[in-house]
Amino acid sequence: MTPIIAIRDLTVCFTGERNVNALNGVDISLAEGEVLGLIGESGSGKSVTLKALLRLLPPRRTRMTGSIHVAGRDVMALDEAALEDYRGGLVSMIFQEPMLALDPVYTIGDQIAEAVVRHRGVSWADGRKRALEMLEGVRIRSAKRRLEAYPHEMSGGMRQRAMIALALSCGPKVLLADEPTTALDATVQIQILLLLRELQREMGMAVIFVTHDIGVAVEISDRIAVMYAGRIVETGSLRDVVKNPSHPYTRGLLHSTIHGARRGERLDAIPGAPPRLDRLPPGCPFAPRCALADTSCVQGDIAPVFVTPQHSARCLKLGNPAHARAGAA
Amino acid sequence: MSEIDALKPAADIGGPCQPLLTVEGLSKHFALNASLFGKASVVRAVDDVSFSVAKGEVLGIVGESGCGKSTTARLIIGLMPSDAGKILFDGEPVGPVLSLSELRQRVQMVFQDSYASLNPRLTIEDTIAFGPKVHGVAPPQARARAHDLLRKVGLDPALFADRYPHELSGGQRQRINIARALALAPRLVILDEAVSALDKSVEAQVLNLLIDLKEEFGLTYLFISHDLNVVRFISDRVIVMYLGEIVESGPVEALWTDARHPYTRALLAAMPSLDPDNRTQEAPISGDPPNPIDPPPGCRFHTRCAHAEAICSARAPRLMATGGERHLAACFMVDPGSGHSKAVAPKVKETVNG
Ligand SMILES: Nc1ncnc2c1ncn2[C@@H]1O[C@H](COP(=O)(O)OP(=O)(O)OP(=O)(O)O)[C@@H](O)[C@H]1O
Ligand SMILES: Nc1ncnc2c1ncn2[C@@H]1O[C@H](COP(=O)(O)OP(=O)(O)OP(=O)(O)O)[C@@H](O)[C@H]1O
Ligand code: SF4
Ligand SMILES: [Mg+2]
Ligand SMILES: [Mg+2]
Repeated sequence: MTPIIAIRDLTVCFTGERNVNALNGVDISLAEGEVLGLIGESGSGKSVTLKALLRLLPPRRTRMTGSIHVAGRDVMALDEAALEDYRGGLVSMIFQEPMLALDPVYTIGDQIAEAVVRHRGVSWADGRKRALEMLEGVRIRSAKRRLEAYPHEMSGGMRQRAMIALALSCGPKVLLADEPTTALDATVQIQILLLLRELQREMGMAVIFVTHDIGVAVEISDRIAVMYAGRIVETGSLRDVVKNPSHPYTRGLLHSTIHGARRGERLDAIPGAPPRLDRLPPGCPFAPRCALADTSCVQGDIAPVFVTPQHSARCLKLGNPAHARAGAA
Repeated sequence: MSEIDALKPAADIGGPCQPLLTVEGLSKHFALNASLFGKASVVRAVDDVSFSVAKGEVLGIVGESGCGKSTTARLIIGLMPSDAGKILFDGEPVGPVLSLSELRQRVQMVFQDSYASLNPRLTIEDTIAFGPKVHGVAPPQARARAHDLLRKVGLDPALFADRYPHELSGGQRQRINIARALALAPRLVILDEAVSALDKSVEAQVLNLLIDLKEEFGLTYLFISHDLNVVRFISDRVIVMYLGEIVESGPVEALWTDARHPYTRALLAAMPSLDPDNRTQEAPISGDPPNPIDPPPGCRFHTRCAHAEAICSARAPRLMATGGERHLAACFMVDPGSGHSKAVAPKVKETVNG
């Protein structure tokens, strides 16, 4: 089956006073109806990946190479008119901050209706009908009354639901989610995650869900991709990556995540900090922080090594006994 | 104050059993502009909060956004006046006996936003030496102190002393904030979401550092966070707040294994799972936290509580013993005389009777 999203060797460089190599050869392949959790630390390139997929990066300051295909369309080649149709129609995005997606001066009902009329060519009355359906779909109570609400009149959790309703109103094949639950309270976050899981199944969408919280990724994902310094350093099924993390970075990340850590134990912290993207070291970008690194790691780009046909990591030490020991620690 | 005083922790007054900090009936209500909301209303940000922190203890405070965690911290160090309540530091009431400036040498605070809390025009060395200099320490000693603390927080003074905040990573800046907080040899450090903005791998480094520094300097921490994993890791005892009130408090393991307040249970159940084979199937509670302006009457949690009965909206439950050691909860279900149909006798009684 052809994947619904196929990203091949994508690089993104922001030019200016200093050149920032934000993405350095990203490959992502996602099947229809599949949920990919994209995890990684701040600055690793998660948001840039999503923005590249929507062609939202500033064209004059961005150099892009590689290819992006979504549902067979060559995204790099879309012109402005085609992009209008593509964004919000085939592919939709939700954010951490709902006010990025919602317009403060229109009611929720009108915003959803407007999007549906624009993308689906239906009448205004049908657009409003769809808006009501969507608000009910995201379980907003007294949905009918809420159609007339302005974004600022809603609580944080309700605004998040309204943004999801807007994003899904035109039945996208692909949903891009950039930390949509990060700013929410814990008891609200889990409600939104479960809602997204349910809607994703009902609508059969493919989802790329960006988060820095592994727990959140576990709740929502079928597959995981781990980003570091603009590369995907490990990818595999949720179970493979969480139960058998293979890249030393993934392993460090899982160890330093204090889910369930007890008092008195010291945390297994990764030393140091991620590299600067304007002066990337040659070879493995994790080498300066990696306990297993030797001179072979800094020679040149490291290709994915397959643990199983569906699980790979960009690490030269995968079969190495020291690697196995570090894994057992 | 002499030079030596400013760089040494305050002497122990009441001995090891006297709490380092005692807070009694602390309240802060913010009045809101009447015209904006139709009638004059108040945010009950902190409402009759009492607790104490033992010497050498780490007390965690958890709760959702707006429940009053930061306001509690600000009241303790006198960044804003309280409307009611008493604060005692090592037995001495703040105000009548202990002056605010004496208190501020003994209690220091570290905030979440590592960048906003550093002066961009001061070098790292000057940032850390600033407090001691203000307290009369001679510049060479203050400088030596700064270098010493930089080493303690894992930054080489030769590399970092002359740098400016914008030249550092988030984790490094937070280390500077911690070093600065320690410059006046405080006894209590209040950490308000101090690791929340850090990446996981860096967060782990800073938490390890906090544990080491606590040992080395004999510190006591008040650790505020919305991240229950972090709080469980670092705290001895935890307070759970909801809409300005304490709803439960107790030793960390007791709370995790035997939470008595429905809100605490919901918070714990809302934590994402880390086990792919055991994902969360159902949200523990629905809806958003209510508006802190004019909170619900009676038990403030009753609008979201699955166990709410008539009494819960009529009267406010008091914080009372649950039977576990130092384990308190404010729910009618732990009050045997409340009339709530699920009220149970405290566990201590059960064992006494059985
Ligand atoms: N428009 C831009 N111009 C220049 N640099 C940019 C631009 N957008 C992003 N970057 C840089 O690209 C890198 C990757 O950024 P990105 O936003 O993808 O990180 P992220 O993984 O989403 O991090 P976070 O978890 O903090 O959101 C960062 O170093 C960032 O500073
Ligand atoms: N200066 C102020 N004026 C008016 N209201 C305030 C002020 N400071 C805080 N509040 C309100 O008091 C309540 C408690 O706020 P506080 O900052 O203590 O919450 P918090 O528990 O620290 O939340 P968070 O997790 O978001 O940091 C909130 O409703 C807040 O809006
Ligand atoms: S007092 Fe009543 S409403 Fe409040 S938590 Fe207990 S049972 Fe629920
Ligand atoms: Mg981002
Ligand atoms: Mg706060």
